[in-house]
Amino acid sequence: MFEHLLSLVIWTPILAGVLVLATGNDGNAGMARWVALIGAIAGLAVSLPLYTHFEQLHGGMQFVENLPWISRFNINYHLGVDGISMLFIVLNSFTTLLVVIAGWEVIEKRVAQYMAAFLIMSGLINGTFAALDAILFYVFFEAMLIPMYLVIGVWGGPNRVYAAIKFFLYTLIGSLLMLVAFIYLYYRSAGSFNILDFHNLRIADSWSGVVPLLGYSFTIPVQTMLFLAFFAAFAVKVPMWPVHTWLPDAHVEAPTGGSMVLAAITLKIGAYGFLRFCLPIAPDASVQLSGFMVFLSLVAVVYIGLVALVQADMKKLVAYSSISHMGFVTLGLFMFAKGQLTTEGVEGALIQMVSHGFVSAAMFACIGVMYDRMHSRQIADYGGVVNTMPKFAAFMLLFAMANAGLPATSGFVGEFLVIMGAVKANFWYAFLAATTLIFGAAYTLWMYKRVIFGDVANAHVAELKDINGREFLLLGILAITVLGMGLYPEMFISKMHASVNDLIAHVARTKI
Amino acid sequence: MILTNMNLGPVLPELFLLVAGLAILMLDLVLEENQRGLLHWFSVATLAGCAALTLQPSAEPVFLFNNMFVGDALSGVLKFAACAVTAVSLCYSRSYIAARGMFRVEFYALALFAVLGMLVMISANHFMVLYLGLELMSLSIYAMVALQRDSTKSTEAALKYFVLGALASGMLLFGMSMLYGATGSLNIGVVAQKIASGGANPVLNSIGVVFVVAGLAFKLGAVPFHMWVPDVYEGSPTAVTLFIGSAPKLAAFAFVIRMLAVGLAGLSADWQQMLIILAVLSMGLGNLTAIAQTNIKRMLAYSAISHMGFMLLGIIGANANGFASSMFYIIAYVIMTAGTFGIIMLLAGEQGEADDFDTFRGLNQRSPWKAFVMLLLMASMAGIPGTVGFLAKLSVIQAVVDIGQIWLAVVSVLFSLIGAFYYLRVIKLMYFDEPVANIALPGASESRALLSLNGIAILALGILPQSLMNVCVEAIRHSLHLA
Repeated sequence: MFEHLLSLVIWTPILAGVLVLATGNDGNAGMARWVALIGAIAGLAVSLPLYTHFEQLHGGMQFVENLPWISRFNINYHLGVDGISMLFIVLNSFTTLLVVIAGWEVIEKRVAQYMAAFLIMSGLINGTFAALDAILFYVFFEAMLIPMYLVIGVWGGPNRVYAAIKFFLYTLIGSLLMLVAFIYLYYRSAGSFNILDFHNLRIADSWSGVVPLLGYSFTIPVQTMLFLAFFAAFAVKVPMWPVHTWLPDAHVEAPTGGSMVLAAITLKIGAYGFLRFCLPIAPDASVQLSGFMVFLSLVAVVYIGLVALVQADMKKLVAYSSISHMGFVTLGLFMFAKGQLTTEGVEGALIQMVSHGFVSAAMFACIGVMYDRMHSRQIADYGGVVNTMPKFAAFMLLFAMANAGLPATSGFVGEFLVIMGAVKANFWYAFLAATTLIFGAAYTLWMYKRVIFGDVANAHVAELKDINGREFLLLGILAITVLGMGLYPEMFISKMHASVNDLIAHVARTKI
Repeated sequence: MILTNMNLGPVLPELFLLVAGLAILMLDLVLEENQRGLLHWFSVATLAGCAALTLQPSAEPVFLFNNMFVGDALSGVLKFAACAVTAVSLCYSRSYIAARGMFRVEFYALALFAVLGMLVMISANHFMVLYLGLELMSLSIYAMVALQRDSTKSTEAALKYFVLGALASGMLLFGMSMLYGATGSLNIGVVAQKIASGGANPVLNSIGVVFVVAGLAFKLGAVPFHMWVPDVYEGSPTAVTLFIGSAPKLAAFAFVIRMLAVGLAGLSADWQQMLIILAVLSMGLGNLTAIAQTNIKRMLAYSAISHMGFMLLGIIGANANGFASSMFYIIAYVIMTAGTFGIIMLLAGEQGEADDFDTFRGLNQRSPWKAFVMLLLMASMAGIPGTVGFLAKLSVIQAVVDIGQIWLAVVSVLFSLIGAFYYLRVIKLMYFDEPVANIALPGASESRALLSLNGIAILALGILPQSLMNVCVEAIRHSLHLA
């Protein structure tokens, strides 16, 4: 019954997107919105069986589909999910629905194109998570850039063109190197692009060369080269310090929906790439370079946390907080204790990813709600919003607390697990990582205080209207998930546990 | 010569085209002014018929005229593609040339004769035949560039093209004569045998190879023999630019295969080095210079240079896998180019050229469908997955990694990243910018449906490339007898 479920999950939103495009110009905007909503609901509906019918005791790939695609290069339409990727597909379909609701009446120009871009992107992102063939993965991974480029560039803020091009080129740089790595692995594995074959490849040799003119000779293990190629692709996507600079620009200029998808999903693809490619394909290089990765992650956690503190623009603040939170994710993924990944670290990283998906989407949705009314993102333009928008203030408080990692919200679980793992690996990692609990609370709550509390700052704030039914629905759904995940994280952990253990066991086996 | 025993099948397309080309000259004499449309349909029908004639099954190569002419799977595919793409470009050009006083028999006759030259080149198995085809093609094209007699820009471009083209032909002839001196034959098969058996003078061989490769590089427009490309692309009427940018690239590819892969296969160690340099320089200079262009035709000219660099990547390996990859690349490239210049012509309307960026500003608001087709074309040129351009790049990069030149693969992807920037800029103009008010969008045109098909082909071949890839692999396998 579920043989073609993954195909359905990928192609339903894409088809819906094409249908939305077919509704034509803005004369038919209402129709475009409804078709998009139905498409998004259908997309979520077909992805739910992935969660409910997932056999959680089984760590391997499930719902596998494998058809020949380009037989000349042995490229297959090979899909499958494990406990890790399955969660992100569901999260993505869920976020798409929220994005459609969030843009409902806010987007007024070229509605059909806006909705279609998100639906098509949603399908492509699902494909990225489900692909088990390297080239298929690459196709989805890259094709996703075009709709996002258009979303930022067409519906974004004043500096949108710069941000769109920066976003595109940054992401392209890394992924092209990854493509070369894929082709190299294709020859190493005697003609296979199957990602699972890559995992089992023994790569023990080194590559040596001489620098022309200087005469300096060097030797680099092939695993390290592969690691760096994948690192280039995924570090930009996560984004890790110091290649994070595209993110604040892209976020600030993107429309609310764009920011939600960027933060909630596309950043996760970077971390997912580390899990799916870097760690299993180059485990020895991962152990060797783990100090480097931990260093970059801690810089992101501490330094970017401080940078967030001084932002005057709310969206920029949340963007920097995203980078800081993603630092936690990469920290969890690359902490080795006695040559082995820590279960707490990896699971914490995954939980943090899912949680950040909800929380950052919620934060951007909140900022969107205010921006739609005031057309300003500057903290200084606000103050005393609670007086005119009490319901909204309550919701935002919850999300701000989750962003700061308050227990009983989803933000707490991931951070707590990662810090636990860090204690196992090295006390100082844990010490530095734990500072985020202070900085995170500081920048989020300080922003909240300046924007929401106090007296009504100016006449514009005095005229604000509280959230309407649509916004209540949007924020309400997010609030339930944030709380639900904080109170009962087991519903996610149980699904991923087997796959995480498999991964840890796999990485522990040396390939040399 | 006993003609009765000869199988003329492989040469039928050329004969048919020759007769039709002469017939169209006659036809023009009896046509009234308002019946000129017939010229167009006659030419398109001729090319369609010619394409149909190339579809004869010939699994094994058939040699004709004392081994001077060869009909094989490779020539069949390339001839079909050349005829088809020329027919499509004639359809794109029709309203454009009609509005600019070029809707005359000369345009069609020259185009048909140029195609005839290409077909001869594609099937040549002898240096002289190769040269004959090359000159027939080139001379027709020089004249086409100058077809707008009162345009100084066109005349200048034609003159430049002619002088540099003559120089390149000279180099080519010099190289061929050296090879003749070394091997004692002009027949490509015999030359190959002589070189393989070691019976040829290595010094003469090397000199021959250098000059032949230089001549080839000129015809392809590879750096450092690229100087004519931007000027000719910009100076020619767009209909002619479209023509130059598409089918002749296929003929040049056949030229490369016949010359290097067959004739000089034994000297591959010599020409591989040269091709690596040509490829890297073309990709680098083409992509970097394209960024600085503000004229879209000039930008596409530099983009063409970089694409030829990419195409050469496949040739470097000197193996069947690489040749098939290059063949796929060149066919994909020709499909993209046809569509791109087709759109530029469609936007040009009644007069002037649509070659500055203003024409593309806000195109999405004026015509979402055209903007979308252009988006696909640009994405394909940039090599974004989901389009045929990505698979073309994947094929050639794969061929490079196959021969262990990983650094070359890395260099090529870095240059394609630089290339992505200027293609993205066109998308930016169409989608992000506001339209410039005073540029009206031309009305419906007959080429619109064809353009849509072209755009869909980019996407369809990007998603289901297997059949075209197989055609390329099989053609190379049956024609070159390589492993």
